Amino acid sequence: MPPRTLFEKIWEAHVVHESPGEPALIYIDRHLIHEGTSPQAFSGLKVAGRTVRRPDLTFAVMDHSVPTKDRGLPILDSDAKSQFDALERNCRESGVHLFNMESRNQGIVHVIGPELGITQPGQTIVCGDSHTSTHGAFGALAFGIGTSEVEHVLATQCLSQFKSKTTQVKVNGKRPHGVTAKDIILAIIGKIGIAGGNGHVFEYCGEAIRGLSMEGRMTICNMSIEGGARAGMVAPDETTFAYMEGRAFVPRGREFRDAVDRWKALATDDGATYDETVQLDAASLAPQVTWGTNPGMVTSVTGRVPDPDAMRDPDEQKAARRALEYMALKPGTALVDIPVDRVFIGSCTNSRIDDLRAAARLVTGKHIARSLKGALVVPGSRVVKVEAEAEGLDQIFRDAGFEWRDAGCSMCIGMNPDVLPAGERCASTSNRNFEGRQGKGGRTHLVSPVMAAAAALAGHFVDVREMNVDAVE
Amino acid sequence: MQPYSTHTGLVLPLDRVNVDTDQMVPKQFLKWLTREGYGRVLFYDWRYLPGEKPNPEFVLNFPKYKGASVLLARANFGCGSSREHAPWAIADYGFRAIIAPSYADIFYNNCFKNGILPVTLPETQVEALFQAEAATPGYQLTVDLPNQAVTDAKGLRFPFEVDPFRKHVLLEGLDDIGLTLKHETDITAFEQSHPETATMYDPVDFSK
Repeated sequence: MPPRTLFEKIWEAHVVHESPGEPALIYIDRHLIHEGTSPQAFSGLKVAGRTVRRPDLTFAVMDHSVPTKDRGLPILDSDAKSQFDALERNCRESGVHLFNMESRNQGIVHVIGPELGITQPGQTIVCGDSHTSTHGAFGALAFGIGTSEVEHVLATQCLSQFKSKTTQVKVNGKRPHGVTAKDIILAIIGKIGIAGGNGHVFEYCGEAIRGLSMEGRMTICNMSIEGGARAGMVAPDETTFAYMEGRAFVPRGREFRDAVDRWKALATDDGATYDETVQLDAASLAPQVTWGTNPGMVTSVTGRVPDPDAMRDPDEQKAARRALEYMALKPGTALVDIPVDRVFIGSCTNSRIDDLRAAARLVTGKHIARSLKGALVVPGSRVVKVEAEAEGLDQIFRDAGFEWRDAGCSMCIGMNPDVLPAGERCASTSNRNFEGRQGKGGRTHLVSPVMAAAAALAGHFVDVREMNVDAVE
Repeated sequence: MQPYSTHTGLVLPLDRVNVDTDQMVPKQFLKWLTREGYGRVLFYDWRYLPGEKPNPEFVLNFPKYKGASVLLARANFGCGSSREHAPWAIADYGFRAIIAPSYADIFYNNCFKNGILPVTLPETQVEALFQAEAATPGYQLTVDLPNQAVTDAKGLRFPFEVDPFRKHVLLEGLDDIGLTLKHETDITAFEQSHPETATMYDPVDFSK
């Protein structure tokens, strides 16, 4: 057999049917659903008289619209309430396992999948959410789908798919102190642009990727979609296996060892080729901050807001001008001179225990700037929340002036009451800085958890490397 | 699904690159349980001023584009979120075809599931269409799927590529799920021969 990439191995292992001139029918190992994009899929099934083929391979959770405080109280948002009711009903009727708002395992779908070991190497995983690419950190082929495809998977456990091209994203060298997984992925998107990965699956490799924890790899794969790639993957290794062992849905004992043997064979073979290769030197990176209205509009914290007049492409100029107007920024402004009104630490990109520990180390014994209108820490799951509380992180954040909340998507998307008010500027660890993403008229700057924590303390962006470096991994 | 064959309609130019699906249907409308009724909220934040007053500066509100059904757009149209609410809104508003130099993958795929034809043309041709539209009041285009061409009344003709399978499904308005269910035997055989992936491991020490 010719040498194959990680992507090709998983793809070929899941082809159910292939005919020339048609997309392949591929099997889906795990289907994750949430209240936001599933109700219409269940209605469609019902209308067509179909049922859920594999409820045992389907997992549901409430995350997008859940309140992050006062969860014991009735839900005031009647639209959100009807979503929750619909998900409860659909799961009850179809036998799909649901983590509802009261579940101790509730959390953001892309946090709980890996945390429970539902996500495993070599699998195909889909969810009606573009950040499904997160699960690729385990060496799975995971991508976001629309609601029609959610219905398709519910009915058939398969998807009709055209095979993607592959891009090797090689991140060489060691990342410096204060430079995190978030900075690496923002720098990659800044380099290739937000459409750079269209039609491709990314495989991240290189020394800097190998050196990351599973949390860091999830952050990287999570934002593949912001670079246009539907999926991003990292070959599983000892870091992966160590993370997985003992998790609820992971086989144990002999079965685990057999699984590890299978997973080890997934790595891209020597001599396998990719359609494209992108290289990045982690050692030369500085912490990143976005200045515009898409994740590709990003620069180093040591940099300045760019001048649209200096850009070559007229479309890019126009987009940058519009972005600066929306963001109320002047060209040439030093990033560190930009004040922030709010700070949000959370989202499927950066709400895992590693992220919270890093931010907490930085704010220990300190207080957020008086000028701040608010600072939120929203753990990605209730499991993360309990773990953080056991370590006393909640108290560190509270003492520093942050609000400590319950798990959910929260201010990344603002479908629950956590909305960024119009005109306010937020340092956010989330994944999208689109116009209105966190709230209509809100201005989002994407940063890493330590950069967000540092901005909270200072009231403006700061180069985290100039703060207490010992606290910054 | 509504089939698509040939459509002639008024062109609406949306002259922005990287239009993301958050702009097409903002978050607050992702809580509805239906697939219908999103046309009213298409491009909501750009389209309406406070109090849902139409923003006279946004192209969808220009009286001359009332009834437009061909959306002319720029590169990487539909990037970001996978929300199918975006094509639902575009279809519900009355658009049948989109013409752009490129699309984000998930959005492109979602269009075909909703009877919308997303045509890809080179940047230079899309630019030519923007110019023709600007120069021609009431500019109409015909987007012909069987013959794979975009044409206008003055004789302009831009051929386009589309995957033959997608074309077939859209022309016939076929039910994707129905097509897949024809392979029921293959699916069952796959499940039996791949227990390592098609079986759920019983969790240990686990409660909800």
